[in-house]
Amino acid sequence: MQPPKILVLGLGNTLLQDDGLGVRAVERLMAEYDLPEEVEVLDGGVMGLDLLSRLEGVTALLVVDAVRAGLPPGTPIRLVGAAIPTALGQKMSMHQAGLQDLLAVSAFRGTLPQRIVLHGLEPEIIGWGNELSPNIAPQIDKLVDSVVQELRDWGVAMQHA
Amino acid sequence: MPKTFLPLVGSQTAAPPGSQRIAIDPITRIEGHLRVEVQIDNGRVTDAWSSGTSFRGMELVLQGRDPRDAWAFTQRICGVCTTVHAIASVRAVENALGIVVPDNARIIRNLLEGIQYLQDHVIHFYHLHALDWVDVVSALSADPAATSSLAKSISSWPNSSAAYFASVQGKLQVFVNSGQLGIFANGYWGHPAYKLPPEGNLLAVAHYLEALDWQREVIKMHAILGGKNPHPQTYLVGGMAIPIDPASPAAINPSRIAQLKSLAAQGLDFVSRVYYPDLQLIASLYPEWTGMGGSTGNYLSVGDFPVNNSGNPSAFYVPRGVVWNNNLDSPPQDLDQNQIKEYVAHSWYRYAAGDGAGLHPAQGETRPNYTGPQSDYDFLNTDGKYSWLKAPRYSDAPMEVGPLARVAIAYAAGHPRIKQLVDELLGKLGLPKAALFSTMGRVAARGIETLAIAEQLNGWIGQLETNMNSGNLAIHNKTRWEPATWPADAIGWGTTEAPRGALGHWIHIKNGKIANYQAIVATVWNGSPRDAAGQRGPWEQSLIGTPVADPARPVEILRTIHSFDPCMACAVHVVDAAGSEVTRIQIVP
Repeated sequence: MQPPKILVLGLGNTLLQDDGLGVRAVERLMAEYDLPEEVEVLDGGVMGLDLLSRLEGVTALLVVDAVRAGLPPGTPIRLVGAAIPTALGQKMSMHQAGLQDLLAVSAFRGTLPQRIVLHGLEPEIIGWGNELSPNIAPQIDKLVDSVVQELRDWGVAMQHA
Repeated sequence: MPKTFLPLVGSQTAAPPGSQRIAIDPITRIEGHLRVEVQIDNGRVTDAWSSGTSFRGMELVLQGRDPRDAWAFTQRICGVCTTVHAIASVRAVENALGIVVPDNARIIRNLLEGIQYLQDHVIHFYHLHALDWVDVVSALSADPAATSSLAKSISSWPNSSAAYFASVQGKLQVFVNSGQLGIFANGYWGHPAYKLPPEGNLLAVAHYLEALDWQREVIKMHAILGGKNPHPQTYLVGGMAIPIDPASPAAINPSRIAQLKSLAAQGLDFVSRVYYPDLQLIASLYPEWTGMGGSTGNYLSVGDFPVNNSGNPSAFYVPRGVVWNNNLDSPPQDLDQNQIKEYVAHSWYRYAAGDGAGLHPAQGETRPNYTGPQSDYDFLNTDGKYSWLKAPRYSDAPMEVGPLARVAIAYAAGHPRIKQLVDELLGKLGLPKAALFSTMGRVAARGIETLAIAEQLNGWIGQLETNMNSGNLAIHNKTRWEPATWPADAIGWGTTEAPRGALGHWIHIKNGKIANYQAIVATVWNGSPRDAAGQRGPWEQSLIGTPVADPARPVEILRTIHSFDPCMACAVHVVDAAGSEVTRIQIVP
C-alpha cells in the first residue's frame, strides 16, 4: 500500500470572472486551513499537461472548477469518477490538454488516481474581469465547506488555521 | 453549440451537385472555440472562412492597474502560453520606461522561452498534430519485430526492441478495450488518408508515451528558474526575481546549474533522436502535403532570444523581419511595427472611426458589436461580420506567423544553422525550397527550430555559469522601479516569438497606471477573418485547393489548420456538463 496522497486542484481562468471560481476556492482553502502533510492544494489555473507531474503518486484527486450544467447560477455540483471525463466534453481547456486529457493520459499511462471527485458551482458570468460576479462571490464559502467536508469524509483531519 | 468532442461536420443540403459548404467545429483537437467553414466544389476547397469565438478584452482587466503587475495577469490568459505572455508584458513596460535588463535576466528569459519551445513543439507534434497523420488504432495490428527494425533504421534511440514495442501495443490494447479513448477519441481512424504502415503508427504511439515522461522532466527547468508554482513567479519588470548566488542553496548556484545542464541535455537528446527522425519519417510518407497548404506567402517574425543586451534586433538568435512572396533569395525586410494595423470589417467589433478603418494596436479599441447568430445555426453569414478575431495586417497584407515564418525569415537572412538544417532536410527528401511553403513545410519548420533552439540551451546555461563564477550576479535593474522616476505618459511595446508565432503587447502608461493595453497573439494573425479589403486570413488562404475525399470526415482540412498550432488564447474553459450529461449531475445537499 502506498501512503495516501491527496491533491486538491483548483482550475479555471481568474481573468474570466466566474470561470476562476475553482482557483478562488482553493486560494481560500490555503489561507484558512492548516493542511496535513498528505494533502497538496494547487492553483492549476488553466494549465494542462504541465500538471501531469503533479498527478504522479496521487491516490485521490479533488478537482474544484466551474461546471456549466444548465442549472441556476451558484448551484453546487459534485461529480464522481467516471462522470467527470464524460461531463467535461470539449470545453475544458484553453487550447492544449485540459483536465479531460490529463485524466485520459493518466489512464493510458496507468497512473490515474483511484479516487476522483469534482466539486464546483454553476457559474453566472464568464466575461473579462478579475473578480467573481456578485451572485457567485458569496457562494465560495459554501464551496470551500463542501470541499472540506469531502476531505473529512476521506479521513483527512481538516483544522482551521 | 455542438457538444460532441469529435469535430461536428455540418453540411448544406440544397447545393448544386458537386458543390457543398461544410462547417467544422471545433477545429482544435482538444477544445472548441474555433470554427472553419469551407466551400467544396468537385472535391476541392474553393473558399474558406475561419471564425474564433474568443473575445479579447484584456484591457478591461488591466486598465488602472500598476504596470509592474501586468505580467501576473497576462500570464493567466492561457495555460500553455504563461511564460510568453509574462515575457511580452514585462518587455512592454521596460520598453515604455527605457529599462535595460541585466545580462543574467536576459539569459534566464531566453532559457525559459527556449524550454517552452521544446515542450510545446514536441507536445504539439505527438499529442495534437500526430493524430492527423498517425492512425492510432492501426498500431494494434503492427508487428513489434518489424517496428523494431523500422525504429533502428531511423534512429539510435535505445528504446527500440521488439519486446518494448509489444509492451506498448499491449498497453494500447487495454486502453482501447476500456472504451474510454479520451484524447484519442477524436481521430478519423481508418480514413484512407492515413498513410503510415501499422509499424509507423506503433512507433508514434510509443513515442507519444515517451514524450509525456520526457516533458515531465524537461519542464523541471521551469521550476528551477520560475518557481515551484505551475505559474511562473519570477518575472519582474527590470529583470528577474531569482537570485544568483553560488553560496546560497535557495539561489541559482552550481548545483542548480548542473541540474539545468543535465535537463537541457535530455531535452536535446529526445529532440534529435526521437522527434526529428519521426518528423522526417512522416514527411517522407506524405509527399503530397509538401505541395499544398501554403498560405499568403508573406511572413512576419518579431524575433527573439537576444544574444546580447544591445536591444538591437540584429542581436536576436531567431531573427526579426518580413519576407514577401515566398522569396528566400533576398534578405528579409526590417520590421516596422508602425505598419501593423487591425481591421474589424468582418469582426464583431465597432471602431469609432468606422469599421473600414485600420488601427495600430497602441490606439486599439475593443468595442464588441456582435451581429452573429443568436441561437443554433448551420452557417455564419460570412458576407458580414463572422469572427471575434480582429484582422491584423502588416502594410495592409495578411501575414503568416509561427515556425514557418521564423524559418523562412532566418533562411532568407542567411542564419547558418537554420539554413543548414533546411537544406539538409530538403536534400534528404529530394524536395525544392518551394516545398517549405506547405502544410508539411510548417510541420518541418517546427522541428527544425526546436532542434536549433535545443542546441543553444547548454551554451546559454554556460554563460550564466560564467557570470556566476566571475561575480556578475546582477539580476534586476532597479533604476526605474519607482513610479516617481517614470514619465507622466509613456507608450511601449514588448515582443516575443511565442512557439505559435509573433506575440506583441502594447502598453500605454499614464501617471503611473495602465491607460490602455492591447495584445496581438499568433493565432489572431493566422486565424484572422477577411479584412476591409476582403483579403483572406492565412488559414483561410491555406485551405484553397485542398482535396477533401470525404466531406463528412475532413481530415485534410484539420491537417492544414492544425499545422499552424492554433491557440485560442483567452477562450472560456468551463466544464460543460449540459445536454445528455445533465442526468449525471449529483446535487450536493
